[in-house]
This record gives sequence, C-alpha cells and structure tokens, in this order.
Amino acid sequence: MTRLTAWFSEGRSTGKHTLPFVVILLGVTILASAANLLLPADSVFYVSTYTITLLGKYLCYAMLALAVDIIWGYCGILSLGHGAFFALGGYAMGMYLMRQIGDRGVYGNPLLPDFMVFLDWKELPWFWLGMDQFWFAMLMAVFIPGLLAFVFGWLAFRSRVTGVYLSIMTQALTYALLLAFFRNEMGFGGNNGLTDFKEILGFNLQADSTRVALFLITAILLAVIFVISQKILSSRLGKVVLAIRDSESRSRFIGYRTDRYKVWLFVYSAVIAGIAGALYVPQVGIINPGEFSPINSIEMVIWVAVGGRGTLIGAVIGALLVNYAKTRFTAIMPDAWLFALGAMFVLVTLYLPKGLMGLYGQLKAKRNSVTKKESQA
Amino acid sequence: MSTLDSTREFFRRDQVWPFLAPEQAAVNVDNQMILYVEDLNLSFDGFKALNNLNLYINDGELRCLIGANGAGKTTLMDVITGKTQCDSGTVFFGQNHNLLNKDEAEIAQLGIGRKFQKPTVFEEQTVFDNLELSLKTDKRVLPTLFSRLTPTQIDRIDEVLKTIGLAKQRFMLAGALSHGQKQWLEIGMLLVAEPRLLLIDEPVAGMTAQETERTAELLTSLAGERTVIVVEHDMEFVRSIARTVTVLHQGSVLAEGTMDQIQSNKDVIEVYLGEEAAGEEAAKTGASA
Repeated sequence: MTRLTAWFSEGRSTGKHTLPFVVILLGVTILASAANLLLPADSVFYVSTYTITLLGKYLCYAMLALAVDIIWGYCGILSLGHGAFFALGGYAMGMYLMRQIGDRGVYGNPLLPDFMVFLDWKELPWFWLGMDQFWFAMLMAVFIPGLLAFVFGWLAFRSRVTGVYLSIMTQALTYALLLAFFRNEMGFGGNNGLTDFKEILGFNLQADSTRVALFLITAILLAVIFVISQKILSSRLGKVVLAIRDSESRSRFIGYRTDRYKVWLFVYSAVIAGIAGALYVPQVGIINPGEFSPINSIEMVIWVAVGGRGTLIGAVIGALLVNYAKTRFTAIMPDAWLFALGAMFVLVTLYLPKGLMGLYGQLKAKRNSVTKKESQA
Repeated sequence: MSTLDSTREFFRRDQVWPFLAPEQAAVNVDNQMILYVEDLNLSFDGFKALNNLNLYINDGELRCLIGANGAGKTTLMDVITGKTQCDSGTVFFGQNHNLLNKDEAEIAQLGIGRKFQKPTVFEEQTVFDNLELSLKTDKRVLPTLFSRLTPTQIDRIDEVLKTIGLAKQRFMLAGALSHGQKQWLEIGMLLVAEPRLLLIDEPVAGMTAQETERTAELLTSLAGERTVIVVEHDMEFVRSIARTVTVLHQGSVLAEGTMDQIQSNKDVIEVYLGEEAAGEEAAKTGASA
C-alpha cells in the first residue's frame, strides 16, 4: 500500500494536460448539472435533461475511446473488437436493471424478465443468478470483459499474432458475439436486447436527478480513469509499452516478456471498455446485440484517429467531436452520416496522421520557432 | 521401467523438481567455458543453415565469427538467443543453463545481450529512456509498473552514457541520432544490462573510420570481464580486435585460430578466393619448398 501511495505522489511527469483536463471536465459537468437542476426550465442557461443524457453518453464514448487508445496508440495493437467489451459491460448492467423491474413488467412475473416469460421459460438461467445484486452485477461488468480479453489476449499474443491478423481476429470475435447474442436461446433477450428499465438502486431512471447523478458519476470515473491511465503510461511500464510498439523483438531481447505486457494492457483496456458500457446502458435505456456490431468497433478507432492516437486527451477530444458531429449530422442528413464518417477517416489519415492533437503540436512548434526567431532578431 | 524405478526417477535424491529449482541459478563456468554449442542442425525448407556446428567459447574471450553470406552466422545467433528453434543439437550457457528450452526474454535475463545487424533502438524515446529500459532489473509486469530509478541505476546509466560518448545527447530522441550513434546506443543498451555474454552483429557497419577505431577499443576493453562474440565482414576491423577467429562455411566451422593462421589456412583460401587461388597458393608453396 505504501508502495502504491509512493507511486502516486512520485514526481514522474504525468503529462501537462492532465490537470487542465480534469478541471475542465469536472467544471463543465458540475455547471451543466447545476443548470439543469437549479434553473427554471424557461431560463436561458437551462440545460435540458435530454442534453444531460446526451453529454453522459458522449462521456461514455470518451471512456471507450480512452480504452482503444491505450491499446492502439500506445501499444500498437489495433483492436477492431472493443465494442465487444463495451457491450458485455453493458449487458451486465442491463441484467441488473432487468431484475430490478421485478413484477412491474408487462407479464408481472416477480422473478423472470418479460422476454423469458414470453419464451415460456420456467426458471431463471444460472447466469442470471445474483445479477439482482448491484455489487455483483458491477463486478461482472468488469470481470467478464476482463476475462474475455485475458483469454483472447493470452492465446493471441502468446502465439505472436500481430498486425492485421490480430485486427481481423478481434473483428471476428465481436461478430461472433453479435451472432450469439441475437439468438433467443442465449437468454439475453435476443434481437430486442434488454430494455424498459425502471430504476437503479431504487432511484427512478426517468427522474432528472438520477440522470444528472449518472452523468456526474460518468464524468468523475472518466477523470479517475484518465489520471490512472496517465500514471501507468508514464511509469516505466509505459515506456516498455511504447518500446513494444516500436520494436517488439528488441524489447524481448533486453529481457521483457512482451506477450505478458500486451495481455495485461489488453485486459486493462477491456475493463475500461466494460465500465464505459455499464455506465452507458442506464443513460441510454437499452442494450441490444447491435452494440456488438463490427461497425461500432471501427467507429471507435476513427474517434481515436481523429483526436490523435498516442495521446489520451486526443482520444477523449476525438470521441466528443465525432459524436457531436454525428448527432448533428444524423439530424440533418441521416443517410449521409456514414459517408461523412468515411471521408473524415480518409482525410485524417492522409493529412493529419497524428490527429487533432498532432495538428495542435505542429501549430505550437511553429509559433515557438517564430517567437524564438523574433527574440533573436 | 518398473513402478519402483519410475518412482525413484520421479523422486530423485540428487536433484529437485524443475519448479522448485531457483529460477536464476548462477552461471556455472567452472571449466572456464561459457558457451557450448554442439552438433547444431537447422534447415529451412531443405537448405541447411546450420550443419553439425560445434563451437566452444571460453569465459572472458573475444571471439570473431567470419564467413560469407549464408554461412550461418546470424542464424547461429538466432538459435543462441532463442529467436529460432533448431532441429537438433545442444546449446549450453555455462554448464547449467540449457538455452534451447528458454525463450528470448529468459535468455536475455540470464545475461546474454544481443546487438542486431541493423541498429534497433526505441526511436520514439530518449537516449536515457532507452538505457533505463535496458537496465538489469526485475522485468516482470508489476515490478516494472512500480519501479523507480535508484541513484545507483542513474549512476550506472551516466557511466554508460560516457562510455558510448552520448552524454550530451541523453535527452534527445533516439530516432534523431546518426547511424553510428545508434550503433553505439545499442551497444550501450547491452552494457547497461551488465551481460555475461555479448553477441554483436556487424558493429561497425556504416561507421566512419574514427568511430570504427573507438568501437574496436571499446570491444577489446570489454573482453576479460565479459565474453564477446563479434560477427563482422570488415577484415581490417577483425584483424584489429581479434585474438581468435572462427570461420563459418555452409553452416559449420571451417577453421579456427589466430588471424594469421586463418589467412594461411588452405580451406579458407579455397572458400574465400576460389579454387584457382588455392591452386596458385599450393603451387607457390610447392615451388618454394
């Protein structure tokens, strides 16, 4: 424990963006929450509950982008299946919320969720047991994605599968889960997924205060995960991870078991994705197999690419911007969104290989060199 | 084997089970021999890269390996460092470490450092970070996460930075170094890990004459305390550092001896200069005799 505290208080550089990021994130969150709860609905500064929920959703995506960036930007493992971990975390939360409905469902069965009654099941499948306990469901929301990532990573990284082959395998993984969760016999609500939630820990999910609380929790967790990730990546472990990205064989020959580093980083990333999923579901109100769709996972990669991979803050900014654009775009021209997304990806890869953060870095370097010249003149 | 025998075999009194044995037993060099390579065979799709190769390296020796392209020099290094699995044969590090059942990381932690033909350093990180990563430390995941640089380690890095002449470039990105400097950094990364055995593949490729000279000095100063095996094409360089030279040809050892012995060896001349020259040489020696 002392080691842990020493580690946190130690003066290693934690990235100069961390503090401003945390301050801005929490500041905006608290302001928006206060504007929603305290101001009357006709005030100019009133923030609607719809906006709060939307912002909460964006923050979940930002957390997910963070997870993708840790594994792709820092370790060079392009995972096209992070949607799977996100959805599994979401399903764990969904199962808890489903059991919270109790006898208020359409069929009024106190034990079985509606879709099971509809399928004429007589008792709860074993994997639904215990999911009425919040702590257990939350444990599963991080444990199941972590376990899947561990098994998958252990098999893939030990056999030294890398590059595009690994990407295809992760894509196959999420697609396989998509097909599996579509089946009614799986016991996860099939095509329709889990929805019609009533309350979480006894709080009404439709109430403004619950919405705001969920939004606040998401923001705080995002900040905490951001700081911890920054800490991990600026430790020597972070240097090893970069070393693995840049020259894996060199890292092996100086004595690092690169497969183990990759497995644990992959698990860490999957756990973050699981947490993001668990926070996403109560705010959106539904989880269905669509979340496993490979397109979702590819979209996450685009968020990170746009923001700038290899910088945690870039991943967050990318996720927020692209999703804001998506919200706007799908309102104006719903059909054109995928084209716009594709175009954005092509443009970013061609002209901004380091994303928006790279552009920012370039501009700053230019300004610095200009001021230097001026001061010399 | 009877049950009694197999039970006895299982409960051997003179040794413990592998999982009970200490993980990092010291390298046993009681016979003054640090590397034993015996009957090594390896073929790629029928091509015999290594053919019954036998090689013994004394502790503290500086050995040069020479040979034409495809003679098996780099393949031999690959087998020793665990990158490539061989078909048959044995490789022992000291008397007690069988290298063939260990992976790259384990072999590196035993104290075998390797420099590649093409300089490979971590280009996106500073020279200092490159050396920090190569330090001889606990390289498991959790200890690495919580590790901190101790003053002794910083001193060690400073010392190596001075040795390789990159003290001024310590906070530069390794990718911004010149080719020769990268070669030096890579050698520095080996040194900072305090290895017992250094395998160095073409250290002076792309270096200026001056840099080559300094490299030669460095390598000769290392020998004695550490064991160094150098693969090199530059004969001038080999002549300047070598005490013992081993010539590889078609995956096996063709000749071994001092540089002068090697240069007058008939087999070597034949392989290197062609049969004609060997014939001439023979004629010459015949005439003079």
